[in-house]
Amino acid sequence: MCMLSRKATCNSHGQDSSYFLGWQEYEKNPFHEVRNTKGIIQMGLAENQLCFDILKSWIANNPDAAGFKRNGESIFAELALFQDYHGIPEFKKALTEFMSEIRGNKVSFDPNHLVLAAGATSANETLMFCLANHGEAFLLPTPYYPGFDRDLKWRTGVEIIPIHCTSSNGFQITETALQEAYLEAQKRNLRVKGVLVTNPSNPLGTTMTRNELNMLVSFVDEKGIHLVSDEIYSGTAFSTPSFVSVMEILKERKCDENGSQVWKRVHVVYSLSKDLGLPGFRVGAIYSNDDMVVAAATKMSSFGLVSSQTQYLLAAMLSDKKLTKNYISENHKRLRQRQKKLVSGLQKAGISCLKGNAGLFCWVDMRHLLRSNTFEAEMELWKKIVYEVRLNISPGSSCHCTEPGWFRVCFANMSEETLDLAMQRLKAFVTEYYNVPEVNGHGQNSRLNHSRRRSLTKWVFRLSFDDRSPIPGR
Amino acid sequence: MLSKKASCDSHGQDSSYFLGWEEYEKNPYHQVHNPNGIIQMGLAENQLSFDLVESWLAANPDAAGLKRNGESVFRELALFQDYHGLPAFKKVLVEMMAKMRGNKVKLEANNLVLTAGATSANETLMFCLADPGEAILLPTPYYPGFDRDLKWRTGAEIVPIQCTSSNGFKITPSALQDAYERARKFNLKVKGVLITNPSNPLGTTMTLLELNHIIDFVIEKDIHIISDEIYSGTAFDSPSFVSILEALMQRNLENTQVWNRVHIVYSLSKDLGLPGFRVGMIYSNNPAVVSAATKMSSFGLISSQTQYLLSQMLSDKKFTRKYMTENKKRLLKRKEMFVSGLKSAGITCLESNAGLFCWVDMRHLLRSNTFEAEMELWEKVVCDVGLNISPGSSCHCTEPGWFRMCFANMSEETLRVAMQRIKVKLVDGNQSRSTTAVVKSARLQIQTKWVLQLASYNRGPDR
Repeated sequence: MCMLSRKATCNSHGQDSSYFLGWQEYEKNPFHEVRNTKGIIQMGLAENQLCFDILKSWIANNPDAAGFKRNGESIFAELALFQDYHGIPEFKKALTEFMSEIRGNKVSFDPNHLVLAAGATSANETLMFCLANHGEAFLLPTPYYPGFDRDLKWRTGVEIIPIHCTSSNGFQITETALQEAYLEAQKRNLRVKGVLVTNPSNPLGTTMTRNELNMLVSFVDEKGIHLVSDEIYSGTAFSTPSFVSVMEILKERKCDENGSQVWKRVHVVYSLSKDLGLPGFRVGAIYSNDDMVVAAATKMSSFGLVSSQTQYLLAAMLSDKKLTKNYISENHKRLRQRQKKLVSGLQKAGISCLKGNAGLFCWVDMRHLLRSNTFEAEMELWKKIVYEVRLNISPGSSCHCTEPGWFRVCFANMSEETLDLAMQRLKAFVTEYYNVPEVNGHGQNSRLNHSRRRSLTKWVFRLSFDDRSPIPGR
Repeated sequence: MLSKKASCDSHGQDSSYFLGWEEYEKNPYHQVHNPNGIIQMGLAENQLSFDLVESWLAANPDAAGLKRNGESVFRELALFQDYHGLPAFKKVLVEMMAKMRGNKVKLEANNLVLTAGATSANETLMFCLADPGEAILLPTPYYPGFDRDLKWRTGAEIVPIQCTSSNGFKITPSALQDAYERARKFNLKVKGVLITNPSNPLGTTMTLLELNHIIDFVIEKDIHIISDEIYSGTAFDSPSFVSILEALMQRNLENTQVWNRVHIVYSLSKDLGLPGFRVGMIYSNNPAVVSAATKMSSFGLISSQTQYLLSQMLSDKKFTRKYMTENKKRLLKRKEMFVSGLKSAGITCLESNAGLFCWVDMRHLLRSNTFEAEMELWEKVVCDVGLNISPGSSCHCTEPGWFRMCFANMSEETLRVAMQRIKVKLVDGNQSRSTTAVVKSARLQIQTKWVLQLASYNRGPDR
């Protein structure tokens, strides 16, 4: 029997990770508000379902956009035939203007430097093909989006070296961590081609500080390598500190004026999947100041062009500045409210999170619920939460976090009622689990009981503190 | 500091195939605004049947309007990013594909993987079947885009199966063996054969004999077959289109190992004329290939907005039946008009029954039987005659003098203008723009040749 390629037969597509296994469990028993109230609630999917009404009503009021018409005239044939990998000019213009608007118009983007791709998944892989050869490496801060293991490595043959970040400083990237990662690559004989960061961060739900960004730019400048900034969540930065794009940093450092090489080695990835909640439409983009990267990525985009039908609809939508202004601010408002709800719900269960100001999820601290400070204990806890509490959340280990006990919990992909229910289940679980430590028959030893009592005390204290002022919806 | 892939030129886009495009872009023909511009005959698009699609859309506004039975499905579609694809869409696609194969083959929706165009499908299949440095055999002449699609990022190699005009460019067992041997000599492990059926650029459907030769060959060598059947809906004349699957079934090979090594590529870009919508697919009976290709399709999923629109359209069997028949009728008519126009200019083509183009024989117009002469002629046709056509060398043809000319991507009037230009500017030889004596004498030679040919062809009116 003729063999398939190594890529087809290996498992480096990364899809055996728990990230995907949780999905599978959910698929078998998905929660439904009416039909399956005991099912698993999906909290592992970073979707933005909060603002569809705004887009839906725009589409209803502007039927030409989806109806292949321009000023009432059919342009169907023109769109059906449009397969130019340079993209529809009006769409790239509207998209770059939208990207500017998200950045408070502090930076502007040239549509000629924007390359469209079928989603950020395609954009990220394409950038890897452009920037790195087989066997070369990119440094990524942990924790990071589990999909990167597939998107950046699988077909490209590129390696990922983690930049270890810890809770000691809110998981911010430090100079030391960067240098250590670089050295690790050298030890493994891997040539480092660049650093890839996600800003705002997935799974942390935080925006990068100016300090971090400046340090990164200095680092890649010094090493002569690339910096890819995946800014897919840039439109979800719903509270202070405000989002700062790496492009803004470059501008501040006058990189564009003094002809510094680093200007050309910074590339931004964007998508409409998170901000606009349109993952199904497959709209991603690469922005680069390097003409050769733009040229190569443009040709490569042949393998994942955006449907002209979709480009046209979104060009019309994003050209409507009244809509984009309203959408951006309303989106922030609703995300902020929803995040608050999750945070307070978690608090009532005695659980805290990393203070987040962006994204569609919280980085939740459940270290105190671990049987031991190990990843085995994290997996145990995760399985309990998936199977018993029936919440699909993402364990930190799937995000390559170096510390056990952290979980990513999404809050924008369900109704408010469902979120409330999820929080109730979680609270009930914590209460029950820590109220009856003997009954579970796990063969606990005295050390475990002792630590259980310690955690019990912690949450009992927290619970009693929170229940004193039961303001609904806080 | 960029990757080798980004800095090299194996994206193949310096080939004349793309250069002709560039010339056209600088000076594109327009019936009203630029009647002296270059007419695009290098683009295999199907523009003949948009009216049918447009009238369906007008009669069924929900499909484009993101509604089902008047109810909005916007949210559902906006969120749908499952790489298994929209079930309703895959169902109608396999039904349509089966119908196009005379319902002689039964296709399962679970064996279909959706991709952003055939470009993505072909590359994905290569990633699944071949490691970097391994090879795939392709019959020449072949679609120039394959040099990029199959090789660039995959690192795979293409070894040509040389076909010649001596037998209408059909694939022979000896050509297959020669190609295999050549690969061996270069130390390349051959993983499969890729055929385009109906053929681009020949415009012909493969015969059962050819298909059987290929099946015998891949059984013997224990390798894969990729059958790019992107033009299967444009088989407008007899002999009828026979899919590789049908050939296998005729030999009762469904439950044998080779069945798992046959993969079909399809797309709606040619049949339905929708290249902008990026709808491609892989059909395979091999579960491992389906599984790997499905995951890889993450890098090029089809917009759910487009999946929905087309699932609605293609589930209208009355429409698809009418479309398929009418589309073929129009293509046949257009091809016949084109062939007869060429004939009256003393130019013949390979006898064809499919595709959106003809494989045109201009060997008699060459200064010499060389590719340099072919390039000279091509430049003359693009710049002097004002037609962008594709030279055979860009398709890796082994014989100089053949050109692919498209006939379905323009109006009838424009095609007539193109025919007129060929007759007057190319063949008449009355243009005196060239200055060298060599070219002048070559032109005289050409004149003599065509005068003879014309005399023999003008005996009867339209074919």
